[in-house]
Formats: sequence, C-alpha cells, structure tokens
Amino acid sequence: MIDYDKLVNPIIKKIKPSGIRRFFDIANEMEDVISLSVGEPDFYTPWHIREAGIESLEKGRTRYTPNRGFAVLREEVSKFLARHYAVEYDPMSEVLITVGGSEAIDLCVRSLITPGDEVLIPEPSFVCYVPITEMAGGVPVTIETGPENGFRLTAKSLEEKITPRTKLLIMPYPNNPTGAVMEREELLEIAKVVEKHNLLVLSDEIYAALTYTKEGHICFSSLPGMKGRTIVVNGFSKAHSMTGWRLGYAAGPREIISLMVKLHQFAIMSAPTTSQYAAIEALKNGDGDMEHMRSQYDMRRRLIVDGLNEIGLKCFEPKGAFYVFPSVKSTGLTSADFCERLIYEKHVAVVPGDAFGPSGEGFVRISYCYSVKHITEALERIKEFILELI
Amino acid sequence: MAMEQILELLQEDGKLTPKQLSVMLGEDEGEVAKAIKGYEKDGVIKGYHALINWERTDTQKAAALIELRVSPQKDTGFDEIAGRIMNFPEVESVYLMSGGYDLAVTVSGRTMQDVAMFVQKRLAPIDGVLSTATHFVLTRYKDGGVIFNSDYEEIDERGSNLCD
Repeated sequence: MIDYDKLVNPIIKKIKPSGIRRFFDIANEMEDVISLSVGEPDFYTPWHIREAGIESLEKGRTRYTPNRGFAVLREEVSKFLARHYAVEYDPMSEVLITVGGSEAIDLCVRSLITPGDEVLIPEPSFVCYVPITEMAGGVPVTIETGPENGFRLTAKSLEEKITPRTKLLIMPYPNNPTGAVMEREELLEIAKVVEKHNLLVLSDEIYAALTYTKEGHICFSSLPGMKGRTIVVNGFSKAHSMTGWRLGYAAGPREIISLMVKLHQFAIMSAPTTSQYAAIEALKNGDGDMEHMRSQYDMRRRLIVDGLNEIGLKCFEPKGAFYVFPSVKSTGLTSADFCERLIYEKHVAVVPGDAFGPSGEGFVRISYCYSVKHITEALERIKEFILELI
Repeated sequence: MAMEQILELLQEDGKLTPKQLSVMLGEDEGEVAKAIKGYEKDGVIKGYHALINWERTDTQKAAALIELRVSPQKDTGFDEIAGRIMNFPEVESVYLMSGGYDLAVTVSGRTMQDVAMFVQKRLAPIDGVLSTATHFVLTRYKDGGVIFNSDYEEIDERGSNLCD
C-alpha cells in the first residue's frame, strides 16, 4: 500500500474545497431550478470577436505565440488601459498575457511571496487569494469588511493588520461577492499606508468594466506614487463576456513582470493562440459592446436591489461587478440555512456569503447575470419564501 | 435620453410594467407611465403582442414572402397600391423596397394552397401589379428578435464552475 498522505504536499492537501459545491449538487438534482448563483456573464462573446477567433483557425494560426503574448495584443492592452483608466504601460516590458486573470494572480503571488511573508486580503472576497498565498508558503491575513462601510477597505483597518512581515496587499475591487467599489478619497488614504509601510499591491480589477459610478473605475496604479508598487490584473472574461476563452493579463513594473514571465513560460508556455486573436479584435472594436453590456447589467442591478429591499432583505447598493450581497439576518437564519431552505422550498439557488470568508456570514451572494424575466421570476419566489417564514 | 430607452426595453419585453421600467432606468414611475401613454397616443408604440411559435401548436399556418413588381401611379406613386394591398387581413406586412422589385408583402394563411390562391385571386389581378414571385417560408429560425428553432434555442450551460 502506498501511503499517499506521506507523499503528497501537505499544504495542498489541507486546502478545503469550495463551499459552493454542496449547493450546485442540490441544484443539479432538481427540476425547475431558477439559479441566481453563477459568476459569469449570460451574454455570448460578441459575434465579431468570435469570428476573429474562427478566422484565425481557418487560416491555420494554431501555433504557440511569444511567451508574453502577441506583441500586437500587448499593444492593444496598453492602449486599452490608457484609454479607459489613464495609466501608461510599455507593451514590450510591462504587460503579460495570461490564462485568465486567475493565472496572473497566481504568478504575481508566487513571484513575490517567500515562506512567512504576510499577504493582506480584504474579506469577503473571491475564494482564490487565500489558497494561492498558502501554496506559495505565505501567510494570508484577512481584513474584515462589513456593511457599515459598504464592504470597502478602510485605511485604518488596513494599518491595524500590518506587521514587519507584511509584503503584499490584495485589492479586490470591484468586489466579488459584495459588488463594492472603492471611492477615490479612500483609495488615496490606502495609498498613503502602502507607501508608508513599503508594501506592494496586487490590484485584481477583473470587474473594472462593470462599474456603475459616475466617475467610473479607478485603476489603483493611477494613484499618485502607486504605479511602481502595483501589479494590475485584468482580463477579457467579464468585460467582453469571454470566460471560456481563458484570457487575462497583468501590467506592472518590468522588474516584477519579468519574474512572472519566467514562471509563465515554464508552466504555461503561452496563452491560447485562438483566444489571443479574438482578444485583439475585442480591444480594437469592442468598446461599444462593453458599454452595451454594462448598461444592461446596470438596469438589472437597479431592478434586483429594489426588489430585494422591497421584500425586506436589506441590501446596500453595489456599485460594481454583477452581484448583490443582501443581509439575511432579518430572517433569523444562517447563510447556509437560508440558501438550503430557499433551494428546497422554492427552487431558487443563491450562494451563502460565508463561502467568501467568515465575515460573509449573514449575507448571500445573488448574481444578476440573468435576463430581466429570469430575475423577476426569482424575486417572486424569494418573496413567497420570506412571507412563508414569517 | 433615458425615456428613449423605454422603447428599446418594451420592444424586447412588452410585459415590463411602468414600475419595473422606472426602477431599471432610475426614473420616476409617474413620468415613465406618462411617457408610455404619450408614445401610445402619438402612435410611436403601435401595439403589444405575443410572439407565437405556431409550429409548436396543432394549428396549421403557412406563410410566404411575395415580391411584387408594380407600376407606380402618377401623383400617388406606390402609396395607393400599397394601401389596397395592406387592407387584406391575410397580409401581415408590406414594405417598399429598393432593388429588383418594388413591394415585399408577407402573407399568412392556413395552408400553402390558401396562400397561393390568395396571390392568384387577390394580389395578381390588382391594377398596376406587373408580376408576383411567391416564396414560401419553410422554417422560421428567428423572428422579431427571438429564436424560434429549438435546435438553436439558448441553453444555460453555466454553473459547472465551483469557484467563480
């Protein structure tokens, strides 16, 4: 008998599977389930972008690309970041095309973190930061955020968690699962703390294109003094409805990007070629689609926030991404009980907030990447559920 | 600007209520209701109806696109003849076209035979109609912005990913 426990990596063995799984299993066994649980757009990739991918296949463009990604794609990424977020990056040395934003996050953490280094992670947030930090031998230090501050990170709560071992701050805004976005004044305060304690920042801006404020998304590296300290991660999944193409990018100081390129070239070689051709088209001619999808999400956002508040599930107004994060405390149920009963009794699937960290307890994540008709029907069922609870 | 969006939203889903529209657009409910009334009164909104896939019912339906070449009348041009044609209840739409023919007329009936008879007995003999070409609809893939053919209907494949 082989004792695998002694042979496998104990750090990876210890990582818990995602808490969302149980609900998918229940949902999959039921008929007539209305889901508000997924984290990807319902829009198809716009046709002209898909066509560019198809055309590249027809022409037989099926070989590796340069490790960093096609030069023309990196140039378009650089132009895109300048056009939308007023940040300048040299496409040759400061941009890397990756397999989704997730790979960029992984590369960045592994390039920076040595055993014992502390990584600050606001919570609730996307589930990958903690395990990726642990796999690099780092120590994840979570910073709780709550509804009293709209789930935004404050300079005060950040500074409280800084120790001599703190190296990296992860900024996950616009935020999955809360929909929170940071305001300029708060970002300036955060930047001061980062400077003072000589930290680096991994700014996960994958939802940047889905920001519903007047000012629009503020890229962390556009803040005074932050460009040299920030690795910006973004991608095509959310902005251009291209989740399955698996394409993202990182932009940052050449000294850090060059390390990430080393990891990337050995683990990945180069991001998918077909996807890169499609992405060039997305950046060249896709701004209109992006704005159209953003305005559609915005309308659904207003509709669902209004509907939930009317039902009595208090929810603060999310200003980004495509999630709302209402409190279910008024029902007296835990997040998990709420979700379980909602799916069994009304066949509506939502995700318990504690799947995104303990501070998400008492909340649920509701996604609105669904049609208005679908959202309206789901709200009706949630309303019935709440009325029957009382 | 936002009021114009009412039309786009209603074109997609005529069942949206003024309350829903007002929330989605961030406008006052009363103002939205007033704007809709205005659009109806001014004939901007011409009606609300269901898009029915008759192929899924037991009711028989046949439809055809008929290309008409007509000679325009002095003074009235194509208007008079188009006016005569659109009065038939069998006629669903009439367009004046550029290119190889003049009027595109869609006609529906119970069977292809009915439609053929209608063209032969009603359309072709009209004064000024020079020729007709009848094209029968075999399958409706998409109509009014909605996909009809079930092979192409959207299936939501999302939800298999456990950490998005």
